[in-house]
Amino acid sequence: MTEIFLSALTDILTFQHIGYMLLGVIVGLMIGVFPGLGGIAGLSLVLPFLFGLDTTSALALLIGLIAVIPTSDTFASVLMGIPGSSASQATVLDGFPMSRNGEAARALSAAFFASLVGGIIGAVILTGFVLVARPVILSFSSAELFMLSVFGLSMVGVLAGKSLVKGLAACGIGLVIGSIGGAPATGEFRMVYGVDYLYDGIPLVIIGLGLFAVPEIVDLLRRDRSIAGEGGLGAGWFAGISDVIRNWWLTLRCSSIGAMIGAIPGLGGTVVDWIAYGHAVQSTKKNPHFGKGDVRGVIAPESANNAKEGGGLLPTLLFGIPGSGAMAIFLGGMVILGIQPGPSMVGTNLDMTYTIVWSLALANIFGAGLCILLAVPISRLTLIPFKLLAPFMIVVICFASFQATRILEDMLALLILGVLGIYMRRFGWPRPALLIGFVLATQAETYLYQAVQFYGWEFLTRTGVLIIIALTAGSIWLGVRAKISSSSRDELLAEEPAHGPGVAENIRARWPQLVFAGLMLVGFGLALQDALQQSFLGQVFPLMMAAAGGVFTVAVIGFLVFGRVSTPAAVDGEMGIGTDEAVPERSMPASLFWLAALVALTWMTGFYIAMLVFFVAFLQFRARASWLMTALLTAGAAGFVLLLAWSLNMRFPGGLLQDMYRLPWPFS
Amino acid sequence: MTDITRFTRRALMGATAMAAAAFALPGAAQADYDFSGQTVEWIIPFATGGGSDTWARFNAPFLSRHLPGNPTVAVVNEPGGGSTRGTNLFAQRAQPDGLTILGTSGSTQFPYLLGDPRVRYEYQDWSVVMVSPTGGVAYVSPTTGVSSIEDVADLQGQRLTYASQGATSLDLVPMLAFMLLDLDVNYVFGFSGRGEGRLAFERGETNIDYQTSSAFINNVTPLVEAGEAIPLMSWGVLDEDGNPQRDPTFPDLPIMEEVYEMVHGEAPSGDLYDAYKAFNTAGFAAQKMVVLPEGASDELVETYRQAWRDVFADPEYQETVGDVLGAYGQVTDGGAEALFRAGTNIGDDVRSMIVEMLEQNYNVRLGD
Repeated sequence: MTEIFLSALTDILTFQHIGYMLLGVIVGLMIGVFPGLGGIAGLSLVLPFLFGLDTTSALALLIGLIAVIPTSDTFASVLMGIPGSSASQATVLDGFPMSRNGEAARALSAAFFASLVGGIIGAVILTGFVLVARPVILSFSSAELFMLSVFGLSMVGVLAGKSLVKGLAACGIGLVIGSIGGAPATGEFRMVYGVDYLYDGIPLVIIGLGLFAVPEIVDLLRRDRSIAGEGGLGAGWFAGISDVIRNWWLTLRCSSIGAMIGAIPGLGGTVVDWIAYGHAVQSTKKNPHFGKGDVRGVIAPESANNAKEGGGLLPTLLFGIPGSGAMAIFLGGMVILGIQPGPSMVGTNLDMTYTIVWSLALANIFGAGLCILLAVPISRLTLIPFKLLAPFMIVVICFASFQATRILEDMLALLILGVLGIYMRRFGWPRPALLIGFVLATQAETYLYQAVQFYGWEFLTRTGVLIIIALTAGSIWLGVRAKISSSSRDELLAEEPAHGPGVAENIRARWPQLVFAGLMLVGFGLALQDALQQSFLGQVFPLMMAAAGGVFTVAVIGFLVFGRVSTPAAVDGEMGIGTDEAVPERSMPASLFWLAALVALTWMTGFYIAMLVFFVAFLQFRARASWLMTALLTAGAAGFVLLLAWSLNMRFPGGLLQDMYRLPWPFS
Repeated sequence: MTDITRFTRRALMGATAMAAAAFALPGAAQADYDFSGQTVEWIIPFATGGGSDTWARFNAPFLSRHLPGNPTVAVVNEPGGGSTRGTNLFAQRAQPDGLTILGTSGSTQFPYLLGDPRVRYEYQDWSVVMVSPTGGVAYVSPTTGVSSIEDVADLQGQRLTYASQGATSLDLVPMLAFMLLDLDVNYVFGFSGRGEGRLAFERGETNIDYQTSSAFINNVTPLVEAGEAIPLMSWGVLDEDGNPQRDPTFPDLPIMEEVYEMVHGEAPSGDLYDAYKAFNTAGFAAQKMVVLPEGASDELVETYRQAWRDVFADPEYQETVGDVLGAYGQVTDGGAEALFRAGTNIGDDVRSMIVEMLEQNYNVRLGD
């Protein structure tokens, strides 16, 4: 054993290995900072170089690259509220409010330091775990995976905010959206309405961008200020690091959660950050202000998502099953290098496994370290007047939305989900609950079906399942306790509808919320109608989810119509109900118009031309910038996007113009 | 009179075409195409990091080295719709100038063979320049009481369980094979890859499974050695004349056709077997193909085939190809042509029989 450790260590601690790893880290950072590009783009960039290298150097390069992906995308989530990948969605919840409070540098350095610690703890856990990983991973059958999905869904209670029924209804929306596309049990297509795009279901990244990034951009545009507001940058990076040290116990717990869940194939890395976030919320007793800029809401997901990558190595190396997008790419790279995953990775190739695990830890240290250094200068972005930043951000989220397929429908889906996100934000429907439902819809359905097929309903009595049921119950209990301690007696009692201002008065004051809830109800109705046309196995899951979602929505409507003034179900940001945010001066449609305009222009002229026109128009008519400024910013954006597209072999979505004429790249 | 004119005109056109073909000899054709300084886009209708992507990225630098003028060969991923989206795009947009080529896979061939409504491409318009075959091996758990393929009769009496990625995926091939052998198999769907299926097998949730050759060698062979898996048969390979042969990677394993004879006492025939043959070829023997778009001239096709011949002869290629793509001979020219034909053609009645079977047994609806 010592021999293997030494052999792996001597492999890592060579000038050449570390050099290539650093190269990978730097390339990964440069790409990863741009939301939505991440590892896939990075891999295509380094792949041509892999061929000439020996195996260790090439592995070092690859590992350096994938190690920084979940780290570097934190820049966009914290500074701009743009979740660049599924790994950084939960970070947005508190990271971005911190930026808006002028604490961007603190949030970033806390996030990066937590990442660094998470990466190291992950590697330490894995060093021991590798040897027993095969039997442990094999003990997680579809039954246990189903219960883990239920465990993930139980986080909705924690993430629902003040009104539980709204959280459950929002989760129902997520579950229904998540069931669009092929049914796991039969392959029949649900709710596709003949639209090719819907056959594959809606990509997670678009749900994240639509729900979180679009509403924030629109809100900031309406307020005409910088992201950080008047307060400036405030506390610097040292504050962030000491935050992590002060919360070392939380960091340690979340890192362990990340490494463990990452190692289970099938659940995937997509829920790890939410589970860690939920865990932080339910276990924090001291002065919680989650969702409004609590640094613990940044530390928890960030320490978990780096540890997760380490955990994700195990199913990748031992079984050839990649647990995340980054791991899929790593697997592809390994195969190109002629390394085949399999049991030999804990046998004859054990030293290579250790080389990989420890390299990942080392690359995490380099990557997070570099990011911490960059945190302060980059966080100055939040001081720029938003009207100058907005066109970049709008282009960035469009770019991020079509990262996988690069078609117009991606942008359309972004726009539609963006509108949904805007109204959910306005009416206080918890967006994280929707996201959890969406992420877990397919997994819950697939594993339930498989578990029943393999074990019958007795699957519920399996030891592993019972343990997870106990964990879930414990987590719900913790959540309830956290809720009770965080709400005053009045707020709790407010769930009970009592005689208030009267039905007519309620409807008059709350009609926009009622209309929105009514539309959601119609959505559930459509889902029910579609489900009824499917075969039994294809319909049973969406039928039950849509019915449940519908019932909760009816309950929300009930609270709105009959509830008293302080009912937590009633929130309307535009009418000052249930919120302490000031109503912005500009109107919502005027701000949303710009995103819609870019989508419409793309439909006509293709993305690149549309982007140029959009930039000039926005800067001239909305930001009222000088012509020189307009020219400079437009040229900058055009050049940057071009460079990116050229180096990554990207094609932009085409429009009507491209259908009629053959244009040279990049207009094609 | 008119009939005669038409006849002669057609004959004349035929003669011209033949003359053109005669002039289009290798060597002479080469001079016409020089891609120096240009970029060849290799469309892969799958996401980065998957099998097809890895295959293309491994081949791309070699293709670049051996195409006239050494163009940059860039892999462009266009995933979506189970590979139908990128392929539709290629069919709709690609010009036959040699600067756009397509890499297809079994998952591109299957929807085409099944008549999926999302398919708007026609294989017969294209010219194949290279084919990468692969193979597969079916195996069972020792809990079935079977210790080799000799005991296949024991398998027939029991209810087997198989972890499937879906009835219209590559798993259709084992499904058809099991039907031909009268095995009673319960298919549990919703697995997102063969790797997950193998995990279910290792957990004891399923007792019959298959893996492609490289996955079998790396992940199932240790199970076989530990007595936890019994290999049954391979899907075989096709020889030059399109006849099924034992897989050279697994020379000791019988192919499905041999097992069929053991079970039924006669060589396989009929619609179901025709369907098996077509889908087996499309899914394994001709799994990955490189095609040129509609209208590609004979010169262009020859230029590309020459490039692939040179790639196959490249010592560096020969040294590495086995590790990455498995021990199967890569094919171009007539061999590729034959595999292409066998893997992209299916009789109408065979197709409707399969579609009907999928609809009745597994609720698959390709109509909407």
